[in-house]
Amino acid sequence: MIELTKENFDAEVLEAEGLVFVDFWSPKCESCMALLPDVEALAANNGGKAKFCKLDTAGNRRLAIAQKVLGLPTFVFYKDGEKIASFEKDALESGGIEQVQKKLDELA
Amino acid sequence: MAEIYDILVVGGGPGGLAAGIYGSRARLKTAILEKGRPGGQAASTMEMENYPGFYKESTGPAIMQEFANHAEHFGTAILKGVAVDVDFTGPVKKVITRSGETHEAHCVILSPGAEPRSLNIKGEGKLRGKGVSYCATCDADFFEELDVMVVGNGDAAIEEAMYLTKFAESVTVIVIHDEGILDCNKASAEKAFKNSKIKWIWSSVLDEIKGDELVESVVIKNIKTNELTEMETNGVFFFVGTVPKTEFLAGKIELTKQGYIATNDLMETNVPGVYGVGDARDKYLRQVVTAAADGAIAAVAAEKYLAEMESFREQVLDAKTPVLLAFWAPQVEESIAAIGVLESVAEKKGGAIGLAKLDTYRNKKTSATYNVEKIPTVILFNRGEIVGRIDGAFTAADVEALIGKI
Ligand SMILES: Cc1cc2nc3c(=O)[nH]c(=O)nc-3n(C[C@H](O)[C@H](O)[C@H](O)COP(=O)(O)OP(=O)(O)OC[C@H]3O[C@@H](n4cnc5c(N)ncnc54)[C@H](O)[C@@H]3O)c2cc1C
Repeated sequence: MIELTKENFDAEVLEAEGLVFVDFWSPKCESCMALLPDVEALAANNGGKAKFCKLDTAGNRRLAIAQKVLGLPTFVFYKDGEKIASFEKDALESGGIEQVQKKLDELA
Repeated sequence: MAEIYDILVVGGGPGGLAAGIYGSRARLKTAILEKGRPGGQAASTMEMENYPGFYKESTGPAIMQEFANHAEHFGTAILKGVAVDVDFTGPVKKVITRSGETHEAHCVILSPGAEPRSLNIKGEGKLRGKGVSYCATCDADFFEELDVMVVGNGDAAIEEAMYLTKFAESVTVIVIHDEGILDCNKASAEKAFKNSKIKWIWSSVLDEIKGDELVESVVIKNIKTNELTEMETNGVFFFVGTVPKTEFLAGKIELTKQGYIATNDLMETNVPGVYGVGDARDKYLRQVVTAAADGAIAAVAAEKYLAEMESFREQVLDAKTPVLLAFWAPQVEESIAAIGVLESVAEKKGGAIGLAKLDTYRNKKTSATYNVEKIPTVILFNRGEIVGRIDGAFTAADVEALIGKI
């Protein structure tokens, strides 16, 4: 997965063509850490369908807020730089990674 | 999936992890099924100063990591999965996960804990993760130099409000009580009153959260005057209690009206071999120390239950000869005489008939399994099957007749 920063966010996500998945996370967020293996598996199993990225919000909070992300974990799908779907903590904790896979299949 | 655990714990918070420690240290085959990372709610707070022995720079996640290491050290397996259904009807209990796996165990300890209560205020659902939060540790970072509101005034609310002051510019606590009254402990209240970053709005409740894509303002209602005031803010943190995560247990074990697991002092539910511990249990104090205590009690109770089942199986169900199983009680004179009768009959048969005695009051589960209502009662087993029974007092001749049925 691509590690996003202030420096590469625009190029990798907002100016990118096609489907991009971004995991907004932080090492202090227990749910994020719990989901991390699932996210890595999602990326590994769906290589061709989207570009998989993650953003550690710890040093990048302004960037996250600019993307209207103000809670962790949040997963966002972008298509051609446009935010088209997102999953927040509650949905992720109750519905797990399966719904994200479904969404991915639908969008890809 | 061939494996049958002695103890399967559902939920890896402090209650479940303590049960795992006690279970595996007693050399029982013990596993914990956890949907996320072990640690539970306790791993979601940085401010934890009341777990005995941990007060210097202790944090929830660090203490919970030690709990998990401790459980694994003694051999507890931590499995990943979400329990969505259970089957407690047979002697082997089943727990089914969302991904379709079935885990089997002789005993199940339920420790699913609780989750934050939501008030379902207008805007609350829509703005979750967009400024509405239930977890300060998770989201505090975002609010550096910003203003946030806290709803609630119990221990968790006031302690998390203090944690938030390390990040936010200001933390405004909305309190439903009259000025100066908080539900939290005195030590926390004193500290909070001294904290210059915390502001208080008394006798009030939150009426609405407004914002398009992110939280922009809140509407606060004074419950004495009914006056509504709109205030700008960037975030709203709710700490208004929790609700038990027991939906998947409805109809399977006894729950209270509020959804808490009903247990006795041994953590036993109404289903033999199934225990309930921690925040999901109907009890007085919901803390890490009491969740851990519950876990220890349940694991020891489960160990005794397994031993009882095991000796019953060996002595009665798997016995090579027919066995007379006597239900008696030292307090019931008649039953002591009945034991004498059975002993003399068994002796006459040499080794051909076995005799097993159960103190009815101490083995309530087995007694209930066989619907024993009178003391004495004797049941004759042959190769694990019931041949016949006598409920109430009997003579040697009655017992001979019973044996004659084989
Ligand atoms: C913000 C906050 C601050 C707190 N501060 C303190 C404090 O300072 N001191 C203190 O003593 N206590 C504190 N508490 C309370 C303490 O955290 C709880 O009492 C304790 O965690 C309860 O433990 P538990 O094992 O019963 O449940 P939980 O901690 O809720 O753990 C339950 C676990 O089960 C898992 N689970 C649930 N359902 C399923 C399922 N169906 N399948 C698989 N896994 C499942 C969950 O993922 C979770 O990990 C605080 C709580 C909060 C929310």
